This record gives sequence, structure tokens and C-alpha cells, in this order.
Amino acid sequence: MKEQDIAILEQKFQEKIDNDIKIEPNDWMPDAYRNTLIRQISQHAHSEIVGMLPEGNWITRAPNLRRKAVLLAKVQDEAGHGLYLYSATETLGADREQTIDDLHSGVAKYSSIFNYPTLSWADMGAVGWLVDGAAIMNQVPLCRCSYGPYARAMVRVCKEESFHQRQGFEIMMKLAAGTPEQKEMAQDALNRFWWPAIMMFGPNDAESKHTAQSMKWKIKRHTNDELRQQFIDVTVPQAELIGLTIPDPLLKFNEATGHYEHGPIDWDEFWEVVKGNGPCNKDRVDARRKAKENGLWVRQAALAHAEKKKLRKQAS
Amino acid sequence: MSNKDNWPLWEVFIRSKQGLNHKHVGSLRAVDAEMAVENARDVYTRRSEGISIWVVESNNVFASDPSEAPELYEPSDSKIYRHPTFYTVPDSISHM
Repeated sequence: MKEQDIAILEQKFQEKIDNDIKIEPNDWMPDAYRNTLIRQISQHAHSEIVGMLPEGNWITRAPNLRRKAVLLAKVQDEAGHGLYLYSATETLGADREQTIDDLHSGVAKYSSIFNYPTLSWADMGAVGWLVDGAAIMNQVPLCRCSYGPYARAMVRVCKEESFHQRQGFEIMMKLAAGTPEQKEMAQDALNRFWWPAIMMFGPNDAESKHTAQSMKWKIKRHTNDELRQQFIDVTVPQAELIGLTIPDPLLKFNEATGHYEHGPIDWDEFWEVVKGNGPCNKDRVDARRKAKENGLWVRQAALAHAEKKKLRKQAS
Repeated sequence: MSNKDNWPLWEVFIRSKQGLNHKHVGSLRAVDAEMAVENARDVYTRRSEGISIWVVESNNVFASDPSEAPELYEPSDSKIYRHPTFYTVPDSISHM
């Protein structure tokens, strides 16, 4: 295609975006838009799948049958969310197995929050309340993303995820109202997950290299700092309500702006974890790689069995 | 994993309740149609979203070309006399 033709197509594409017309799989789109989406959606998918690990860790040790059933349902949901998202990358022409191999080789990232360990039962509360809470904050605007299949997947994900946050908050609420030891356990979980949770929104706007272009393409609707602020504003009163303390001595409410102001974020820690040096990076990727390798014979056998069944049917 | 180990891709259609048509909800991978239905049950109907499932192997879907949209759909846009609002009737007329 001539350069001039591409320029016209690009202009028409941007006009569609500006008029809030969704882009669908077979529509023409700039390569950079396609590649940005493949990168973002596959990393989102990896986050759902890797996110099953810290919670799967507690399924066998849930304190009672109700909690166990709930946690199982939540982890099963995350598997489904991963599937919706991998399917969305496939509509863009990505090879699903390749995106998964990119996760295993370290080329592709996933949300850094899952590189922190879940040390006590209270962490199931903190993860549901804070991690799913932050994820919802990120995902709700993605329901209006310009790429149709991603937006539709996000609508399903958001519908399912609201129970995830509520069950987490319920765990925290119960523990906070329990014995002094239980309350301490809840506070300890909040202490460990607060800062990683607010780092989930990504680097400050000034440092975020993808934000401007993604907003022009309407893949992203709000900046990292806007979403982070929104999350802090809604979460602080929730902690106060159940008698837990946000581990930020500089946190204060600004009457004039109506927003909370927070202390400095440790971005060195953030980048260390992104680079692979968090407490659980190696465990998480190893677990995923092992799952793929050890499951290979099952996938091959299922395929062979289906072939055999088909041949038998044809013969009869 | 080589490509020959990949399971085929299926498109999933769900009837949400009796009286409504099946609607596309997404896709998944499965070795055959039976497994595709079982997986669709697990993935797409965990919250009473459906009472009937269709699965179609994605290879079998032939889609219209978006770049041909003007030629394909222009005739319907230009024939506005196909819509009832094209015709004027006196205000005093009812049931029409």
C-alpha cells in the first residue's frame, strides 16, 4: 500500500475513534494500534492467570466450607477472565500459544501485585478488597475501550468481579471485628498490600510512556494518577469504617479539593518488581511454565482421542 | 508446543431464555464439539446466563468484508420508502 493511502486510512480510523465508533476485528487498523492492544490485552490475560496462584494457595486452607466454595468460585472466574482476554488477542491475529510463551520467557509482563506472597488467610481479604478493587477501577473504563472485543470482554469481567471485591471486604470486616489477634492479622495484610495495590495503577503520568497515545486511541480513558486518586478516595473511608489504619502516616484529607493526599510511593520497589526481582516473580513464572509443560501430554491425548472418535464415526 | 498440538477454536452462541434467539458470547478452544459445549457451559453460563448452547468451529464462519460495507448496505439506506415514517397520514387517523 502506498504511503498516501495509509495516511488516508489512518485519518479515517482516527475519525471513527473520535466519533466513538468501535473498531471490530476485520476493520482496518494501524499496526501500532493492533500491537498496543495485543501487548495490553495479553498482559491483562496473563495477570488473570498468574493471579490465580496467590489465591489458589489458600483454597485447601480456607477456614470453613463457605469461604472455600467462595474462593474456588473466584479463582474459577479468574480462569474465565483469562480465557475471554486470550480470545480477544486472537481476534487481532495474535497466536495464543506465542503470547503464553512470551509470559514464560519473561518478554511479556503481568500485574506486579501478584509477585507478592499471600502469607495469611487475611491476605485473601486484602487481595479481594484492594487488588480486585483496584482492578475494577482500571477495568470499568475499559468497558468503553475503542476495540469491540476487548470492551465486550471487560463488560463480562466487571460484572463477575464485583463479587470478588465484596467477598474480600467481608473477610476483612469479619477479622477486624474478631479477636485482637484476628484484627492484627487483618491490619498486617492491609499493611503489606496497601502500597503494592496503589502501585497497580502504574507509574506517575509524567513517567507513563504509553498513556498519551492510548488516550488518543481511546484504549485508555483516564490517566494512571486519576485512577489511583479515585481508588484512594473510595478506599480510605472503607478502612476507617472497619477500624483499620491505612499504612501511610502522611495520608490526609484535603477539604479544599475533596481528595486524599498520600505520602510518596516507593517507585524503586515498583521497578524492581517489574524487572523480575520481587519476592515471588520466579515462583509465579515457574508455576505457569510447569503447568504448560506437564499438561502437554493431556492436551495431545485429548486431541488424539477426538481424531480417533471422528474416524470411528466416519467408518460407521 | 507446536501448532499441531493446538486445539481448534470455537465460537459460542447462547440462548439466554426460552423465546429468545442464540447470541454470540465469545470463543474458546476444544478438541471437538462435545468438549466445546462442556467448556462453554463452564465458561459462559456460570451465572444462569443460558439454557441452550450452540458451538461452531471458527474456521466455518465466513464473514463479510468491512471494506465492502458501502456497496453492501447503501441500497438499504437509499430506500427510505421501506420505513413507515416515509408516509404521511392525517393526525385524525388512528390504529395505523
